[in-house]
Amino acid sequence: MLFEALAIGGLGLASALGLGVAAKVFAVEVDPLVEAVEGALPGANCGGCGFAGCASAALAIASGKAPANICVGGGPEVAVAVSQVMGVEFVYREPDVSQVDCTYSTQIAPLKYKYDGVRDCRAAALLAGGPKMCDIGCLGLGSCVKVCPFGAIQIGSEGLPVVDPSLCTGCGNCEKACPKSIIHLTSVTRRILGFNANYNCLAPCQATCPAQIDIPSYIRAIGEGRYEDAVTIIKEHNPLPLVCGRVCPHPCEDQCRRGKSEEPVNINHLKRFAADYEMNSGKRIQPFCLPKNERKVAIVGGGPAGLSCAYYLARLGYAPTVYEAQPHLGGMLRYGIPEYRLPKKTLDWEIQGILELGVTAKTGMAMGTDFTMESLRQEGYEAIFLGVGCWSSRGMRVEGEDLGGVLPGTDMLIDRGNLKETPVGERVVIIGGGNTAMDCARTCWRLGAKEVTVLYRRTEKEMPANAIEIEEAKHEGIKFHFLAAPTKLVGENGKLTGLQYIKMELGEPDASGRRRPVPIEGSETILECDNVIAAIGQFPNLAFLEEDAAANDLALTKWNTIDANVDAGTTNIPGVFSGGDSVTGAATAVEAIGAGRRAARAMHRYLSGEDAEAPDNWVHGPKELPMVKQTPDAAPAGRPRAKMPELSVADRSGSFVEVELGLTEEMAKAETQRCLQCGLYCYRHKDQPYEAWKWERKDNA
Amino acid sequence: MSFGDYMLFIVSAILVNNILLAKFLGNCPFLGVSKRMDTATGMSMAVIFVMVMAGMITWLVQYYILVPLNIEYLQTIAFILVIAALVQLVEIVMAKSLPALYRALGIFLPLITTNCAVLGVAIININEEYDFVDTLVFSLASALGYSLALILFAGIRERFMLIKMPKAFQGTSIGLVVAGFLALAFSGFAGLVGGH
Repeated sequence: MLFEALAIGGLGLASALGLGVAAKVFAVEVDPLVEAVEGALPGANCGGCGFAGCASAALAIASGKAPANICVGGGPEVAVAVSQVMGVEFVYREPDVSQVDCTYSTQIAPLKYKYDGVRDCRAAALLAGGPKMCDIGCLGLGSCVKVCPFGAIQIGSEGLPVVDPSLCTGCGNCEKACPKSIIHLTSVTRRILGFNANYNCLAPCQATCPAQIDIPSYIRAIGEGRYEDAVTIIKEHNPLPLVCGRVCPHPCEDQCRRGKSEEPVNINHLKRFAADYEMNSGKRIQPFCLPKNERKVAIVGGGPAGLSCAYYLARLGYAPTVYEAQPHLGGMLRYGIPEYRLPKKTLDWEIQGILELGVTAKTGMAMGTDFTMESLRQEGYEAIFLGVGCWSSRGMRVEGEDLGGVLPGTDMLIDRGNLKETPVGERVVIIGGGNTAMDCARTCWRLGAKEVTVLYRRTEKEMPANAIEIEEAKHEGIKFHFLAAPTKLVGENGKLTGLQYIKMELGEPDASGRRRPVPIEGSETILECDNVIAAIGQFPNLAFLEEDAAANDLALTKWNTIDANVDAGTTNIPGVFSGGDSVTGAATAVEAIGAGRRAARAMHRYLSGEDAEAPDNWVHGPKELPMVKQTPDAAPAGRPRAKMPELSVADRSGSFVEVELGLTEEMAKAETQRCLQCGLYCYRHKDQPYEAWKWERKDNA
Repeated sequence: MSFGDYMLFIVSAILVNNILLAKFLGNCPFLGVSKRMDTATGMSMAVIFVMVMAGMITWLVQYYILVPLNIEYLQTIAFILVIAALVQLVEIVMAKSLPALYRALGIFLPLITTNCAVLGVAIININEEYDFVDTLVFSLASALGYSLALILFAGIRERFMLIKMPKAFQGTSIGLVVAGFLALAFSGFAGLVGGH
């Protein structure tokens, strides 16, 4: 027995000796870098990075074939440790996280086909679109849940995937599995820079919004009581929710599917509710920002377009400086919209939030006098955004415009914005039918004018002002003279005493589709008045361009606006961008905000050396959801739209206190339940009764 | 043995008595590394290399250590020990002197250290009382047979990626089914060489 043991032992010893000698003689230097990297990796061998185990990943990192942050299982600490070993700087990168939303398409479904049983989304997507009435929407079979290696996805009570962001590592397995891209990787930056593409199945409101706000998501957040989340969602596409919640003409509500059977959801006032919640909570919800890169960008004009552009550039890490000719930021929001619609305190609070992100403001600096494009370039600004707005009033082009008492509409509102008193007489006539005319009329009434008359050359139906503005003006006793155009201003001793107007009738429709007003010969009438305010249109004041060597070849349109690409804000001068009223002519705040964000995206791409042009497939306006024309059995049916509480007319006279008081929490929550959450799950399963699929609503009624 | 006898011997070892499909040795790597053609060929080369080396060294161990010391019953443990040490040794030497070959075979060598096909060939060599040249030829032919089966099998399995496969059959299950058919096909060679 001893002998055998010795024999085998001797054989083993001989082998060991041979190996030992060989190891010494044939020693190969193992790269200490590989060993160190391997030591920094978690050693879980999960394979999430795409390499066979941590050892091969370490080899790939050390040889430069893989970046230091490929480990998906370990999180940022591992990436920091590996970067230290590799001697590279670790720059914080915004993590990707899976998100479920309604910006999906079915185009790539066949490419993702993988047979994994019949109850799998990828198979179901190709079998007649799955178990839904309509071939869009989440199939809810949970293939994303199955492929998630980190257990971050569950199918929630609505039959939709719910992502736990604390567990999600951004590995992207769910995105690869989902045949409809309902679940996909996203990040705040990608959403800021993103466009709603026309192949996405978007809720009609979201497709219509000029700022492309994710409306269904923020309404859902309000409905679930997550008010801070709602504000964060809105601010991904609109930095001015307090302002827009008050002054937006809300074209989204015109497209609301609830509106096809009853009154549309009060989308805009829900936005105002969320924004007011933030302001009243006293705690500012500051959004995600990329690390600062200290690259200087100049924004000329502190209005909604400029503020929006500055806000998104600051969130992308740039150092924007806003130049404003007036003493305060806000542009037409401050100098065009009267106090009773948008209190200056509210506006200041919102602008302060933007400045706190690292935006520098230089007020009282007018382009052309205090600085030029040339001087900006010399100061090291790498890109310039011109958001100079429409600040000049169009004249009436009638005799007597130089009489005392004749005012351009914007001048009066600008004076109000600068808290200067504008004396108005007892009888004031406003010319024009837009929002500026309504603002002037309601302002004059508040300033003490006894008789305020609005003169408009077409009928009420053609008025471009918001319906609510016209209605409120009527409540306040403003008189309307439709089908009337001024022909002459009459006065004594250089002072206005009256206005001669001619009656009109509607003729053939013109290019804009509105019926052209035609004067009725001999119907001239004199209207006695002390003041005439012309609010018949505005145009940009671009006189500063002529003196500026670097800017005087900026292309302009025949309407004297800046000739910029409406989608990207690019002009004929590289590095100079524009958007808002100075490109489109006088328009709405929300359009300027959208233009500001699109320009910020284009500037970011320009400064990163990429193509600044916008993708050509983004959604420019209302879009029908395919196959869904009506809202069958839309629950809860018959509940009226939340009505905004208002200051009584008696309290408004002589006062500029805000008229709209804001929805209460109960009203807002009830209103969110009227939202159909179009896009994701407003479609009925074929094999389920209606009650089973609908969003679980706590019916308060 | 004449040249003709050797040819017959080789054909028998490759086709008729295929170590994998007739003797059913080494099924683990057969199923494990046969999903892709490049790993299957890498594995085949490593098997050829190790099997020939192991056949020779174990023959020497048998007739110069175990038989003189009269401890043949320790054959299995001694062979495992020697083969394991041999493969490690080869790996170390190769890493230094033949880095190109090491990169091609390196990761497969440890996988077949204790492969039953390698041990099986070594033991067959002794049981059939082959002389040293016979051992060399039989080891090489068996390794070639193993490689042939593995590469054929990988070629079939690669095609599975392109077809719709019911879940119940995916992966190893369809692999075993195909291995069965392949073994049946190889049994068709049984009449080619008499005597075994």
